[in-house]
Amino acid sequence: MGYSRYDFTPLLHSIDQWLYSVMSPAWALIVELTLIGLAFLIFYALVGLFLVYAERKVCGFIQNRVGPNRVGKYGIFQTIADFIKLLMKELIGTKDADKLLYNIAPYIVIICSFMAIGAIPFAQGLLAIDFDIGILYIISVSSLSVIGVLLAGWSSNSKYPLIGAMRSGAQIISYELSVGLSLLTIIVLAGTMQFSKIVMAQENGWFIFKGHIPAIIAFILYVIASTAETNRGPFDLAEAESELTAGYHTEYSGIKFAFFYLAEYMNMFIVASIAATVFLGGWMPLHIPAWNGFNVVMDYIPPVIWYFMKTAFVIYIIMLFKWTFPRLRIDHLLTLEWKYLLPINLVNILFMALIVLLGWHF
Amino acid sequence: MSAESLILFFIVGAFLVGVAVLFSSYVPPKSSNPQKFEPYECGIPTEGLTWLQFNVGYYMFSIIYLVFDVETIFLFPWAEVMKETGMRGFIEIVIFFFILGVGLLYAWKKGALKWE
Repeated sequence: MGYSRYDFTPLLHSIDQWLYSVMSPAWALIVELTLIGLAFLIFYALVGLFLVYAERKVCGFIQNRVGPNRVGKYGIFQTIADFIKLLMKELIGTKDADKLLYNIAPYIVIICSFMAIGAIPFAQGLLAIDFDIGILYIISVSSLSVIGVLLAGWSSNSKYPLIGAMRSGAQIISYELSVGLSLLTIIVLAGTMQFSKIVMAQENGWFIFKGHIPAIIAFILYVIASTAETNRGPFDLAEAESELTAGYHTEYSGIKFAFFYLAEYMNMFIVASIAATVFLGGWMPLHIPAWNGFNVVMDYIPPVIWYFMKTAFVIYIIMLFKWTFPRLRIDHLLTLEWKYLLPINLVNILFMALIVLLGWHF
Repeated sequence: MSAESLILFFIVGAFLVGVAVLFSSYVPPKSSNPQKFEPYECGIPTEGLTWLQFNVGYYMFSIIYLVFDVETIFLFPWAEVMKETGMRGFIEIVIFFFILGVGLLYAWKKGALKWE
């Protein structure tokens, strides 16, 4: 197919070959791992900075104001300035905090989001970890960050963080179920959990079109549940400013606070990437069966651009949620999950299985 | 790239936080006064203990979550081989879902899903 002209496999393979030819295998492995680590570190930082900027611009757009516009052209350097300022702030903690857990918490949230980002397929041949249980891996790793949140709230020895962390824990584990089950609906259709195979299976149509009604229901459920799982508005009870100041990271200052903030945005990026990959075809261009001319034209757009366009689309939806809906109350939040999303999801999976068995999908 | 890359991502993530925290704990200017390290509580001295007994509602939800999460883990292998197992596997999973549904209904009727 035409899109394979943008395949990264030969390029990466030749770099690999070259490294192994100029140095001993042990050194080549170390250099390779360092390069991958460095690339992901830069990517992680750039996406984090960009998302904070994008959020402020989207917020400004919805509230009919300009948003950041002073630092650099259109304020593009605003988040870099913020980052430097946060880095230059003194780290202060509370008096009787549990020091060890208090210091470990930011590490846990960042490491969890960083490990999840390695399994995302950015383009053909451009993914670091290609497990055959990819979806299960990414769900489990990203949901570990709830431990960091709970530790942060509990160890601060302050009341607002404790309440925020408890709410956040209850919310994350509840919505975890809906995230898993709505992805399960698509696994039933795809028959695999490996990300590279899932993307390849969408060559003749994205899963949201292939699975028509149940896939669309699953997509809607996934977007709602993942918004709640990343603690974003309208589900941001964990950091409800009006009642809990800043929630679980009230007692953190400077760069440690920035890491919690960064992890929240990166989690949003990760859930949007999963939505783009599993429902909207990942890096696969839009193909319509029997429209050969159209498919050839679409193949000329590089897969990386397709991937980022789809991810940006899902991120934009999630941002719109935050600035459109008022915040939920905790009992409403749990009712929504346990009495609506979960039963709908269970029925939806059976519905999808029946459609796959009867061959009613495209 | 498989198992070793997990260790790599772990180390790089820890490195990112570690370097920034190290920088931040030595470079920025410091000042100290008695009020600075008080826990925040609307600007007044804190009252009572923080680490005390908590609302049981959270505990209830985590118990139900545990049941359903284990059930989700059971469903993943089925979803992957669904096409091979065919109608027979489908009927078996319907029975599994039925038992689950009864469990959810029971918790619902018992009032475990109600926030108090």
